[in-house]
Amino acid sequence: MNFYSDNDRLKFYLNHPDMKKTVELKEQFFVDYGQYADAPANAEEGIEHYEQVMDLVGEIAGSVLAPNAESVDAEGSNIEDNKVVYAKGTAANHAALTQAGLYGMSLPRKYNGLNLGYVPYVMAAELISRADAGFANIWGLQECADTIYEFASDEIKEKYLRRIHEGATCSMDLTEPDAGSDLQAVRLKATWDEASNCWRLNGVKRFITNGGADIHLVLARSEEGTTDGRGLSYFVFDRADGGLTVRRLENKLGIHGSPTAELVYKNAPAQIVGDRKLGLIKYVMALMNGARLGVGSQSVGLAEAAYREALAYAATREQFGKTIDQFHQVQELLESMRTKIDASRTLLYETARRVDLTKSYEALAKVRPLTPEERKDYKLNARMADALTPMLKLMSSEWANQVAYDTIQIHGGSGFMREYPCERMYRDARILSIYEGTSQLQVVAAVKSIGNGMYVNNIEMYDAQYMSADNRTDEQNALRQQLVEMTEQYKSLYEKARQMEVVPERRLTEMLAYITMGYLLLLDSLRCECFIPSLRNLIAMGRGEMAKHATFIQ
Amino acid sequence: MTNDFTIVVLAKQVPDTHDVGKDAMNPDGTVNRAALPTVFNPEDLNALEMALKVRDRMEGAKVFVLTMGPFRAADIVRESLYRGADDGAVLTDRAFAGSDTLATSYALSCAINKIPNVKLVFGGRQAIDGDTAQVGPQVAEKLGFQQVTYAETLVDVNEKCIQIARRLDTGVEVVESPLPTLVTVSGTADECRFRIAPRLLKYSKAIIPSEAKDKEAAEKMFAERPYLKLTEWTAADVNPDFNRLGLVGSPTKVKNINNVVLMKKETVNVAPNQAAVDDMMRSLIGIAW
Repeated sequence: MNFYSDNDRLKFYLNHPDMKKTVELKEQFFVDYGQYADAPANAEEGIEHYEQVMDLVGEIAGSVLAPNAESVDAEGSNIEDNKVVYAKGTAANHAALTQAGLYGMSLPRKYNGLNLGYVPYVMAAELISRADAGFANIWGLQECADTIYEFASDEIKEKYLRRIHEGATCSMDLTEPDAGSDLQAVRLKATWDEASNCWRLNGVKRFITNGGADIHLVLARSEEGTTDGRGLSYFVFDRADGGLTVRRLENKLGIHGSPTAELVYKNAPAQIVGDRKLGLIKYVMALMNGARLGVGSQSVGLAEAAYREALAYAATREQFGKTIDQFHQVQELLESMRTKIDASRTLLYETARRVDLTKSYEALAKVRPLTPEERKDYKLNARMADALTPMLKLMSSEWANQVAYDTIQIHGGSGFMREYPCERMYRDARILSIYEGTSQLQVVAAVKSIGNGMYVNNIEMYDAQYMSADNRTDEQNALRQQLVEMTEQYKSLYEKARQMEVVPERRLTEMLAYITMGYLLLLDSLRCECFIPSLRNLIAMGRGEMAKHATFIQ
Repeated sequence: MTNDFTIVVLAKQVPDTHDVGKDAMNPDGTVNRAALPTVFNPEDLNALEMALKVRDRMEGAKVFVLTMGPFRAADIVRESLYRGADDGAVLTDRAFAGSDTLATSYALSCAINKIPNVKLVFGGRQAIDGDTAQVGPQVAEKLGFQQVTYAETLVDVNEKCIQIARRLDTGVEVVESPLPTLVTVSGTADECRFRIAPRLLKYSKAIIPSEAKDKEAAEKMFAERPYLKLTEWTAADVNPDFNRLGLVGSPTKVKNINNVVLMKKETVNVAPNQAAVDDMMRSLIGIAW
């Protein structure tokens, strides 16, 4: 089984027209070519590289991770001698991905990374999540390396970054018993130890994914007497240096593939990442968007896995003398599942492209000043990435839950039993709309872009892009017309909504999400008509939702 | 640190026997390779893995993959490079066409003689197209190497000898053999490791010169990126006796091959008790009771 080659949609997004530009920028116009044998010579070769690496990830996801997922779920992780011991399958998963040289995906080649853009990085996470959504966290935490690369000193980079490629694991230690969504309340103390020329960490962290990791990034209070986010700095801690106790592992509903730990730091030596006091307000905020996009890929991957379980079951289960996929009611469920997956996936890769370009412009700006045109493009992409990320996290995670729920429904009584993987997926899905910012917090994050009109600008930009295409069909034009009407309806509802005592922000965000995803599928349908059924269905669903919201708002 | 320790892996590109069509045979009784999709012979992948394990233990040792076949057999060398082999060559020439195991092992042994410091040769137990399991042992004989067949696990290796656990019908035995030794590896040995991403990206455009559609572009590419030029050897490059190559050197004649499909026609449920098992035994050995 290869989870990349069995899903044409993925290759479709790797070959999106904007990908050429993202490769050029990520490669800084191919400066590494000639210096590193694995560096591409041009954009076409870069995209071939992306396809080759995704094929490898897809092979490992399909042939190692997925077959291990059930035993990992049953076994979970344990603490032995103050070390977190992964389930056997989890350890095998990590070993396979390490052996294949896949860790350090987006790091520069100088640090033994593959220097892949954000789009393939996100796609790898989708592939891995389809196999084992829990393991996707261990995999995804390699993003800590990007934080180190972006913000830490050269000395820290030298110490840590090459280890990622060799399989060193990471964790991001933010949450505390009294600081969950509100990270400004973090209390873990960092004090400067003049004698040993390092910082010392003291305090407790809770709900730490992969808390037994080799490399920890820790949010801590470095400024004594402060109580808000401005007193927090970011630290890197090497597990091998001692001072960390894994107090317990949580007993969770799902994602048993990644251990969640309570950690006690006692005089643990650490080094500061970047500047003092910028821990929360700059560095954690920067990685938070990445983490949310990560949950987006996890949601799409999990939903894809669940949908395929549902399809396969419905095609073999017979009732009343025929397979149940021949019954209209089941077909409708399957169609709505596919629509939600197609819609969240197109939003996932649109967001990933915007983040890809944003990050590459930022990296380029460290090498040479951007041209005015590049600066303009950078700003646009950065704003789009900011707007789309919470929308993606909100919609994809809620929909992954719905898809997993419907998968059990299609399995009937068997789905409720433990022998089918769908019950694991259902449990694994539940965290998606909670961690890395709850759905409610995603709405809060989206409010800015509702207020300043960024979403509507975006939508209008997509519309213009569609109208400039020369291969539009009558059917596509009719669907576009519906999206135009939905946009008009949104605008008039927004005017009413903002006068309300409590502005129904979630309703507004969801309406915008339907329209945004509708336009993205419309644009996709110009390159492949395979998207038309989902587009049609999404518009129907969206109009229904808007009618419902309209009742509430009026 | 050993700089003079070369491990050769013999690997074959074989038709995917899951998928044998009508035109699988040529009129002359040889296999029509052009008509079939190809794969890396599965047990040769086990052999490659064992060779890589030896290299991992012997600092400075090198793994060299040797394959014989048409131009597209370069796939074998590419795939091996992706998975960690250090070097390789494709032995390709019209003179090899129609080779049976005798002629093949002769050609391979000539090629191995060309490679310096060969201490170990690994190959799969047998190829899925011929199923003869003859080539490995014949190569060992021609080279005058020790041979260990049916290898399952690498137990130990040093500059003087290798210890191998062999899988036999009756169990597992561990043998020690002085080097140089040829080892044939069975499918129960460890599966081959995955491709390694940076190596995959480095070598994915690598070709033997004969594969190039546009010779000029290929020369330019080789000049710019020398590692993309894979080694190809013709018959003349390995100094053979031409009378021992190809059809001329092959006494074996294949009469026909068939695609055997095992089908379940009828099932009988046997209850888990002594009487039912007795009944089954009787019917299997055809005793009317």
